[in-house]
Amino acid sequence: MENHLINIDIEKLMHTANGPMNLKVQTEFASGELVALFGPSGAGKTTLLRILSGLLNPDKGLVKFGDTVWFDSEKRINLPPQQRNIGFMFQDYALFPNMTVEENILFAQTRKDVRAASELISIFGLNELRKRKPVKLSGGQKQRVALARALACKPQLLLLDEPLSALDAEMRVTLQDEIRRAHELLGATTLMVSHDLNEVFRLASHVVMLDNGVITKTGKPETVFSDSTISGKVQITGQIARIERQEPINIVTVISGSNQIIKVIAFDSDLVNLKLGDSVMVYTKAFNPIIGKLG
Amino acid sequence: MDSTFIQTLLLTFKLAFLTTAILLVIGLPIARWLAYSRFRFKPVVEALVSMPMVLPPSVIGYYMLVLYSPRGAVGGFLDRVFNLRLAFTFEGILIASVVFSLPFMVQPLQNGLRALPDSLREASYTLGKSKLTTFFRVLLPNIKPSIITAIALTFAHTIGEFGVVLMVGGNMPGETRVASIAIYDEVQALNFETANQYALILFIISLVLLTTIYSVNKKQEAWKII
Repeated sequence: MENHLINIDIEKLMHTANGPMNLKVQTEFASGELVALFGPSGAGKTTLLRILSGLLNPDKGLVKFGDTVWFDSEKRINLPPQQRNIGFMFQDYALFPNMTVEENILFAQTRKDVRAASELISIFGLNELRKRKPVKLSGGQKQRVALARALACKPQLLLLDEPLSALDAEMRVTLQDEIRRAHELLGATTLMVSHDLNEVFRLASHVVMLDNGVITKTGKPETVFSDSTISGKVQITGQIARIERQEPINIVTVISGSNQIIKVIAFDSDLVNLKLGDSVMVYTKAFNPIIGKLG
Repeated sequence: MDSTFIQTLLLTFKLAFLTTAILLVIGLPIARWLAYSRFRFKPVVEALVSMPMVLPPSVIGYYMLVLYSPRGAVGGFLDRVFNLRLAFTFEGILIASVVFSLPFMVQPLQNGLRALPDSLREASYTLGKSKLTTFFRVLLPNIKPSIITAIALTFAHTIGEFGVVLMVGGNMPGETRVASIAIYDEVQALNFETANQYALILFIISLVLLTTIYSVNKKQEAWKII
């Protein structure tokens, strides 16, 4: 799996609510990464995900997974979604209403394997729900079933379309861990569409920033969301997105609104009552006037 | 009740049952195609399928008769090669019924399929399932109310048809004489009691079928059907 680079070089004219927009994307990422496709709504994130899955065809270009060509407009190659060995999690989860939780997972398997299905059900804490139909599940439970089902066919690429957008803030934090677990369980590549900075920062190892159909930035989250968005105003409220231990102090990353990142240094004693996801206020207790000679 | 009465009713149900069975087989692929195809001239096909709903039955009956005529191309071919004559035979009214009831089978199925979120179909494809597997294991089980509606409407509509059968089949006892025609015939002959028996039975059957449709749909209100 080491050299399974995913190559994307595509173009597609999209008809959006704001008129036509040309989606023109050229990028690649290595196997094993958890990649976040980040950007405002209407930027073309979901379209790109659907192109990767084969549910949508680009106007022209090339999509390659390792040595396998998935799409090549010049050679007229277009592998249908069935042959791409992917796991796709839809925004509405798309659980089959006629099947129970267990049946949904069994149906997804390439070869029926009751033991593997039970294992997945246990991992995602669905044991008590296995005989339930999707109608009787909460949003968070549906998401877990959808994740388990997407993993059931042991995909080489996991695609998640705004996996947490339908859930409330508290639920998000829990389920972000589930996504990370799913990614580690699979050991393959995960591509996640998101417009939630918090989510991206907590989960992704690689970010592709998309705006208006083109990639504006790509790289590690820390690099992509660099100084320009880091702010140090006097009073800012936000949520704790990450706590990093760097002896003898901690670096706490707080996200304010949907796109402001603040890094704060905290001692262990400051963190006694704080944990990931907590709402906090970042403020300075006093100003430190600095005097400098003019001229 | 005399034997002609029973014979007529049996013939009526045989026609309705066979029409429904044939239409279920050909209606499903047509409905699937109409629900998902992006063919440019799809509206023309849709219009053709729905024509029997707006055309007078006598118009359909007339065209079927023209088609069946041994002097015409199709009828002549069937006559010469298979020694099959369709005008004024049971096979003839069966084919005419299939054509005439086509929209009653196709439309509920098509609407049912359209009402399902696209993501169900797409999810199945991404899980590696073929279009056929997806259709039978994911799509059809989730449009059960539409299937029941389609079957009941087709059955009831075939029992109730009059004009097409009269044009194509005439009124031959045991061959083409169905209940709706028998009622007309008995009234003409002033046999009001027999006419009344036929009418009552048709009335009850239609009532039972429609009640079934509405109670099934009430249970499944999450699914919007026609």
